[in-house]
Amino acid sequence: MNTLQKPPHISYYALTRSRIRSAMDQVYGITTFGLRFFRYVFVPPYEWGQVRKHLDELGSKSLPLLTIVGVIMGLILALQSRPTLDRFGAGGFLPAMLALTIVRELGPVITALIVAGRVSSGIGAEVGSMKVTEQIDALEVSAVDPFNYLVVTRVLACSIILPLLTAYVDFLAIFGGYISEWISSNSSMQLYFNEVVQSLRFYDVLPGIGKTIAFGYIIGVIGSYQGFNAARGTEGVGRAATSAVVLASLNIIFLDMVIIQLTQLFLGAA
Amino acid sequence: MNEARNDILIDVRDVWKSFADLDVLTGVSMQVRSGSSDVILGRSGIGKSVLLKSIVGLLRPERGSIEVMGEQVIGLKTKELNRLRKSIGYVFQYAALYDSLTVRENLEFPLRKHTDAGEEEITERVFEQLRLVGLEHAVDKMPSELSGGMKKRIGLARAIIKRPQIVLYDEPTAGLDPITAREISELILSLEEQFGITSITVTHDLECARIIANQIYILDGGTFQHSGTFDELKMSEDPYTRAFFQVVV
Repeated sequence: MNTLQKPPHISYYALTRSRIRSAMDQVYGITTFGLRFFRYVFVPPYEWGQVRKHLDELGSKSLPLLTIVGVIMGLILALQSRPTLDRFGAGGFLPAMLALTIVRELGPVITALIVAGRVSSGIGAEVGSMKVTEQIDALEVSAVDPFNYLVVTRVLACSIILPLLTAYVDFLAIFGGYISEWISSNSSMQLYFNEVVQSLRFYDVLPGIGKTIAFGYIIGVIGSYQGFNAARGTEGVGRAATSAVVLASLNIIFLDMVIIQLTQLFLGAA
Repeated sequence: MNEARNDILIDVRDVWKSFADLDVLTGVSMQVRSGSSDVILGRSGIGKSVLLKSIVGLLRPERGSIEVMGEQVIGLKTKELNRLRKSIGYVFQYAALYDSLTVRENLEFPLRKHTDAGEEEITERVFEQLRLVGLEHAVDKMPSELSGGMKKRIGLARAIIKRPQIVLYDEPTAGLDPITAREISELILSLEEQFGITSITVTHDLECARIIANQIYILDGGTFQHSGTFDELKMSEDPYTRAFFQVVV
């Protein structure tokens, strides 16, 4: 007699419904978790020591990677764009095109995605590990609010550091573009940067840098949320780290699309 | 009569707690007198730690009442709960040391958060605690560099550094060899006598219970089936209690 039983049949409809429900639960969870930040951030005790520590860990340790990415991004963009612009006799617009593309879009998004990959997973793993080893409970029984101590400090650090890192990457990418120009046509640095400065307006720089505050908030909130909800030991910690990166990256791209629409609506498309 | 009532520091009455469809605690009651060291014995996964976490407000029971030092824990606002928690130390099963902080910083943490002590006093208190648990040499080590027994000792030192009135121990000897487990049990007893601590210890280590317990509660099926001193329970005719105590008799 065959003792093996067939697994119970689950209909496609039931499976889809359960997945949608689980996704909606997660959206609700992240939203309420994120909104809680605003309730805590203005209320003492302020953990400035922790914020400083995270600024250092999240910021300075991301610099080497961002430096390489920034320069190479500008270099590649210039190398790829030059032949196309030349075909239309618009080679002289290259510095302006590079500056606008980098400052408005590529700089903020690429920086945010790289920081999400490095930092959001780190936050997810660190907080997740604290959860499964009862360190978060230990904070709570020590009469220290874990949300304030772990989440608010990290979200604040991410929101402060990301605009600074983006400005740094923007500059390096524009400089990378100049390196490409200098190699191919030995163009003057002064001329190149004059073109760059003249092409950029306040309304190009402000939304570009401004939206990175929101990207930083997303990276901090999603990393912390995944960590706080980690379960089932080390497997749960790994899952928290992975899903933190995936969700943070998706949300950054989605939010970027929304911000572009809003920027064009309120500040004009030009 | 009234004096005896005032003497009770922890009063747990008819506490019920479940997770999804699983009823873990089904009407647990216990009273812990000031200065007493009570032990909860029971098999793994029976709900001992759930009760301990409910007493300190980490879990919220569905029914019943938990009074700690005259304050009703269930439904207490976070601010008041945190005020109460400052008088309670908690030793976690795996010590739960903050792994990004050194041993010194782990011990300093409660003092920096909740006292106005200056640098000199903090350092003095840290070394005093380390002397008590015999680990002065580990002051600048990271938790990852410590053995299981050392972690338990540091966890114990951190729990009592603020001189709490009550300490809750969650499996203080779990995962340790018999010699280290005995050392930890004797350390707990000595610290409790020295500082007049009232405690509840959750364990399934009978040797630990024998050393530290004034009163033992046997948890099974969601409630306390029996209670008494170690010697009373050792002589019990109840099959479950006998099965439990057979190991040491």
